[in-house]
Amino acid sequence: MWSLFHKLGSPRPFYEISDRLLPILGCLTVIFLSVGTIWALGFAPPDYQQGESVRIMYVHVPSAIVAQSSYMIMAIAGAVFLIWRIKIADIALQCAAPIGASLTLLALATGAIWGKPTWGAWWVWDARLTSTLILFFLFIGVIVLRSAKEGSEAVGRATATLAVVGLVNLPVIKFSVDWWFTLHQSSSFSLTEKPSMPVEMWLPLVVMVAGFYLFFFYVWIFSVRTEILKREYRSQWVRFIHDV
Amino acid sequence: MLETIRRDLLLHFRKPADILNPLAFFVLIISLFPFGVGPSASILSEISAGVIWVAALLTTLFSIDMMFKSDYEDGTLEQIVLGKESLLLVVYGKVFAQWLVGGLMITLMSPLFGMMFYVNNDGIFATALALMLATPTMTLLGSIGAALTLGLNKGGVLISILVLPLYLPVLILGVAMIDSAIVGDDYVGHVFWLAAILVVSTGFAPLATELGIRISLSE
Amino acid sequence: MMFKGFNDFILMGGHGLYVWSAYGFALLVIGYTLIRLAMDRRKVIELNKKRKSEELDS
Repeated sequence: MWSLFHKLGSPRPFYEISDRLLPILGCLTVIFLSVGTIWALGFAPPDYQQGESVRIMYVHVPSAIVAQSSYMIMAIAGAVFLIWRIKIADIALQCAAPIGASLTLLALATGAIWGKPTWGAWWVWDARLTSTLILFFLFIGVIVLRSAKEGSEAVGRATATLAVVGLVNLPVIKFSVDWWFTLHQSSSFSLTEKPSMPVEMWLPLVVMVAGFYLFFFYVWIFSVRTEILKREYRSQWVRFIHDV
Repeated sequence: MLETIRRDLLLHFRKPADILNPLAFFVLIISLFPFGVGPSASILSEISAGVIWVAALLTTLFSIDMMFKSDYEDGTLEQIVLGKESLLLVVYGKVFAQWLVGGLMITLMSPLFGMMFYVNNDGIFATALALMLATPTMTLLGSIGAALTLGLNKGGVLISILVLPLYLPVLILGVAMIDSAIVGDDYVGHVFWLAAILVVSTGFAPLATELGIRISLSE
Repeated sequence: MMFKGFNDFILMGGHGLYVWSAYGFALLVIGYTLIRLAMDRRKVIELNKKRKSEELDS
């Protein structure tokens, strides 16, 4: 286990192992996302209150969940980089941030689209939507700081520190937003908090969540590989890969 | 640490503009609001807590990017890191000095704005108390941003993007505390939470700031 | 299948516009991400080729 960890920590074994892993991951992503989408759009039951617009949930909830996890994964990569100074952790952090930001954006957009038929307004300061917005700002901070000086190790470590500080703050922020929401709660109900969701609804939801996770990991590993090629171009093994 | 506080305060007082400019900024932002929303007493007293609070956040960030800058540029910071003195204690000293000339001043000025926004006496007292508890947290969190962006020459906007989301819990709690004070509710719970956040951030934020300074100096 | 015909499927009980634009936006984000991946990789490969030829020249 520990040796595998070490192996993945250095660029070359990572590149070689992920070379075999990536096609499998890609296939699984396609399978899960297409099965999930067809299921969600065609076979999941409509909601007794919201009607067919509940189908937006199958995009909104997975993207919000995976966006949150990707912030966590990114911050853990940052902590690894700060403690052990493993270069690949810096690359991992840098590559996870844009994916997380676009998933957060997707969650916000679908939330707004879902809000219109449900609440009658594109934007409502709902607890979940608001903390997703804050998550988006946190991602933007990481991206802006990381791109302040490309390839600089000091900026990489500064970004890692910021990501870790953000992760520590995230529960407090989430808690305070939830509390703020209950303080100002009007008659509106939250989009997804249902007393109980029937199996016919949460099963496709689980498939979609898995699909979004697979998509995240596929894109993440792919862009880490690209960044490795960019940074390690001096080393022999990169030069011996044909067509690179 | 006391030496750092003394030295920083001396430097601040030699250049009074560094203290007065942020305060002028604070006064200006708040004074603009009645022009924006109209002079109606009911609207002004309703939004007063939020306005004063957001102005305090922006003012803190406005001055925070200068916190380590001059010491970074003239090499003082490098000497401190190389020297015997603990960098962590220096960070504590600098944050405290920064708060004395920034956050404390804002707190002391807040009753004036409470009156201008037709807030009742309970509300004015709660505003000052909340600011007293929260401005040190703002300075502490801001110092992390200031330390992380030291070598980048990007200044205030970058720090604001990094730090403002982290201010949200203090903003929510502080405004809620003032609002419940205005309507005469009990707000001991809010005081407790703000104090708890202050204690936790006093314990942990300087560690991140210290790390940030070391990283910026390693460039 | 929850719908009687293709028309029903498109209309989504009157919420068609919302449902389809949400899925469309998702497709857009996924598509953009994949295109960016491919372009980044191509750019890096070209950059490395340029670096190599520059080294050979000098």
